[in-house]
Amino acid sequence: MDFQVVVMAGGYSKNLAPLVSEEMPKPLLPVANRPVLSYVLELLEASNLKDLIVVVEGEDVALRVGGWISGAYVDRLHVEVAAVPEEVGTAGALRAVAHHLTAKDILVVSGDLVSDVPPGAVAATHRRLDAAVTALLCITPVSGPSESVSSVGKDKGRKLPRANIVGLDHTRQYLLHVAAGAEVGKDIKIQKSILQANGQMEIRADLMDAHMYAFQRTILQEVLDQKEMFHSIKHDVFPYLVRTQLRSEISDKGAPKNGLNGADYSLNGSDPASEILTNRTHKCCAYIANKSKYCSRLNSIQAFCDINRDVVGEAGHLSGYSFSAQNNIVHPSAELGSKTTVGPQCMLNEGSKLGDKCSVKRSVIGRHCRIGSNVKIFNSVVMNHVTIEDGCFIQGSVICNNAQLQERVVLKDCQVGAGYVLTVGSEYKSEPLSKK
Amino acid sequence: MDLRRLPRTVIDPKVRQVGFFTSGDPPSARFNSNPADTTAATAATSATAAAISSSSPNSDINLAGNSLSPVMIPPLRRMSPRRCDDMQMPIGSYNPSESVLGTSPSRRGINGPDFSEVATSAWLGISGSMKAAASFPGSSGEMMMAGKNGGNALVKNMDSTALAVKTLPGVTEKDGGTLTDMKNDGAGTVRHQKQTTTRAERRAIQEAQRASKAAAMMDEKDGGTLTDIKNEGAGTVRHQKQTTTKAERRAIQEAQRASKAVAMMDGKGGKSIASTGGGAPSISNQEKVLKQSQKKDGPQDTGAASEKKVSRNPDKDRKKDIPQPRMQFDDKNRVEKAKRRAVVNQFEARNRVELFRHLPQYEHGPQLPYLESKFFHLDHIHPSVYKVGLQYLSGTITGGNARCQEMLLAFREAIIDYSTPPEKVLVRDLTSKIGSYVSFLIECRPLSVSMGNAIRFLKNRVAKLHRNLSESEAKSRLISDVDRFINEKIIVADQIIVQHAVTKIRDGDVLLIYGYSTVVEMILLHAHEQGKQFRVVVVDSRPKLEGKILLRKLVMKGLSCTYTHINAISYVMHEVKCVVLGASAILSNGTVFSRVGTACIAMVAHAFRVPVLICCEAYKFHERVQLDSICSNELGNPDVISNVPGKEDVNHLANWADHKNLQLLNLFYDATPSDYVSMIVTEHGMVPPTSVPVIVREYGKDQFIF
Repeated sequence: MDFQVVVMAGGYSKNLAPLVSEEMPKPLLPVANRPVLSYVLELLEASNLKDLIVVVEGEDVALRVGGWISGAYVDRLHVEVAAVPEEVGTAGALRAVAHHLTAKDILVVSGDLVSDVPPGAVAATHRRLDAAVTALLCITPVSGPSESVSSVGKDKGRKLPRANIVGLDHTRQYLLHVAAGAEVGKDIKIQKSILQANGQMEIRADLMDAHMYAFQRTILQEVLDQKEMFHSIKHDVFPYLVRTQLRSEISDKGAPKNGLNGADYSLNGSDPASEILTNRTHKCCAYIANKSKYCSRLNSIQAFCDINRDVVGEAGHLSGYSFSAQNNIVHPSAELGSKTTVGPQCMLNEGSKLGDKCSVKRSVIGRHCRIGSNVKIFNSVVMNHVTIEDGCFIQGSVICNNAQLQERVVLKDCQVGAGYVLTVGSEYKSEPLSKK
Repeated sequence: MDLRRLPRTVIDPKVRQVGFFTSGDPPSARFNSNPADTTAATAATSATAAAISSSSPNSDINLAGNSLSPVMIPPLRRMSPRRCDDMQMPIGSYNPSESVLGTSPSRRGINGPDFSEVATSAWLGISGSMKAAASFPGSSGEMMMAGKNGGNALVKNMDSTALAVKTLPGVTEKDGGTLTDMKNDGAGTVRHQKQTTTRAERRAIQEAQRASKAAAMMDEKDGGTLTDIKNEGAGTVRHQKQTTTKAERRAIQEAQRASKAVAMMDGKGGKSIASTGGGAPSISNQEKVLKQSQKKDGPQDTGAASEKKVSRNPDKDRKKDIPQPRMQFDDKNRVEKAKRRAVVNQFEARNRVELFRHLPQYEHGPQLPYLESKFFHLDHIHPSVYKVGLQYLSGTITGGNARCQEMLLAFREAIIDYSTPPEKVLVRDLTSKIGSYVSFLIECRPLSVSMGNAIRFLKNRVAKLHRNLSESEAKSRLISDVDRFINEKIIVADQIIVQHAVTKIRDGDVLLIYGYSTVVEMILLHAHEQGKQFRVVVVDSRPKLEGKILLRKLVMKGLSCTYTHINAISYVMHEVKCVVLGASAILSNGTVFSRVGTACIAMVAHAFRVPVLICCEAYKFHERVQLDSICSNELGNPDVISNVPGKEDVNHLANWADHKNLQLLNLFYDATPSDYVSMIVTEHGMVPPTSVPVIVREYGKDQFIF
């Protein structure tokens, strides 16, 4: 279909500070015990997109990711892993792989996307509307556990300003305005010309940019070449294209590309109400995912917890596991002590051992964890090879590989870095804990 | 589907000539052997062309058929064929299928007694483009209906001819006795002629056999002596088996096919009648009885056919020869089959309107998301074709010209990117490729006539490519052909139409337009640029409200406009000087197939004695004939008529699908009878609707058959 796919896998994200480590770069963070990148790759594979370019920040990360991909997808996908230096941003990363891009359209997908929205839908919308750029927008997921025990209010307060402001035309196909959450101050500035051209604009704050873009390659490369300052696709390139849709500087070159339709006398009675008035030099479109689709990005610790919970819970079809009658996933090799309960929406991976009288609710426990007796784990993610000794209480926390929790540790909303050891009886609340 | 393919016979140039110029010498001999009969007279009209060539027994026939039309006078025809063409549209000579076969004479001879179904059908135009040659016997059953029943409907349209049509059944019934000899004779002729070897002759034989088959059917219902006739037919066939020339074999096939078709017809007479559009809803009891008797007849016939089976598989041949009839979507088996083949998963709509069950109608909601999510899975479809398909489905591209043009451009891209796979021939592979693209597009939205013609053109060009051409050369030829088609048939044609039509706009005129037709828009703008002072009444209709778009464009250019909805048509027509309309297709009986509502406008205009101009490019003409808008139409999304735009709270019809006894109908097109059309403006000039077949014939050649 003349599409090329670039997956922006990232490197060591600062947002996920204690979680990522040398051994565990962001693309390999486990979501329901699978690297997060695998969700994107499998989504693409399901759409019959098998030739991918995965861009990774940093050489060593590239080695790790490349090693994992070649192991996991050896026969299934043809993946080219490209390493770019850190801090070049997504736009820089695209520049770096530009010479690989030859197809008519480029699909740029963020590697931390966990979704079941078919990329084909975005691509098809892009083609159908003959757009310069098409973005996947989805309803902003509600963050924090829905029936939360802990202080979610604070999290929500932090989340809210992140809401994107999106302006759509009345058909909800064309993007007229975008402002990323961080840039939005007290008031929104909207270009008069665009508003005039369209007559009306629908401003929405409940939509999230899912970082899946379909670009026309020529236009994208034009922008990347001309604007060397552009650092990020989301914050620079995309808003730029939306901003300049009426008077783009790339129009001279952009026009001949859709020339076939434009040059011949335009019969497109399509959606003409807006068509007549707006002489767009290029079209910026949006594909708004259905509410029933799951779509989330792993770009914060909170999101990491949420996604882990959702993938084992409501968006269970993404995990690829089959749920037991109790609505949880317990690997047959996992050992449970007497009077230990594993609640619904839980996952217990192979070789993990639980002692007596434990209780696990809405949590994911990785491989080969040793968990003592009388341990309570709620709303948490425990990665591989973690040792938790008797009497611990863990809530809303993330415990990375090889960490060790000695007896009677109490954790609430904490992140424990890889290999970190918590001493007997320590109590922490809302703290990132990791080796310095 | 079927519309795209011409019957093979029609293409045959020799045959074509016979139809019009009556050069057929061989038939004349044959004629003499045909006994004259009064009943044959009516049939003669259908075979007028033949009548000319045959000097013989038509004198008395003509007496009987005099009331029909002046066509019957042979010299006139010969002298000024042109004029006849213009005048005598309903006559068989326009019907390519008739003209095709040098055999129409023989058909007349044999078929004549059978109520002259052929003749009526020619008038009714049932056979128009429907490959009459191939499907005649099959459709004879319906024709019969049409003759009797459809006759009523037609009376108004064809003043003089209708009389004949009506009288026919009576005549034949009376003549039950004579029928048999007639047929024997016919069969005799057949056998006799076998010795002759010209191609036309052989064709004639086929025709005769077929006819005799049909005759046999008819007979039974007349209580006649059909069995011997059948035997006769069978006899001839068997006899012919020994000979092995191609023509002979074809003859046999024809016969078999005929009997098959007859059998089939009986089986599902009701449906096929609906499809041919006759007077389906009003099948009288009499007809039902007839059908029953035919049913009895059917199996026998098939039995005979199977007896005669030559080593070939007739089914297979049939598929090849007879173009597939239009898919009837109330036929569950076929729909199932088609579904399995389909690329696009269609979701059938609920609560479909009874009368339109034979048309495809799907849920419009899930189609687009489904197709979109499959975007990367349909690798065999070229991206540009896919894009166009999506645009059809989502309604981004509408309008006959736009759809056709976009499709051609998509095909053009596909041809540019095409490379012949190893061990395949470009001509064949590309044809099948295009075929698959077309079927994909059909799944997105049914083809329009204009698209059908364009596809036929392209396929023809592909098929005509010379084998020795290199791939790049072949491709560049095709590309230039596509460009030429777009340019000549659409762009330049529109310009010429504009020039023609502008002459009809005078200062002070009030023009009424309906919906949104690009060519009409161009006309108005051009007239405005010329400084003509006129006013435009834009009439619009729900649910598309396309008129608004046109209105906006016109007002922006400074034309003075009135905007109203179609409900006010009778009021607004008072002040109108001229009605200018576009068309989706024009059929060879002058029927204008256009956006629903056009017929209403044209009729009101007719009642007010306001001239109606139809502006339509000639590539949208089609040799098919259609009498109503039921048999072939397109159904839109029924939900859009239940919604009131801008008023979300007015949703009285929400969840209408849950009511079993409520059906919504959103028709796209309707058929305007030619009576209400004053003039058709094409790039070939301004012609009356009766001249459509002339254009189809004269320019169709150069359009599609190169």
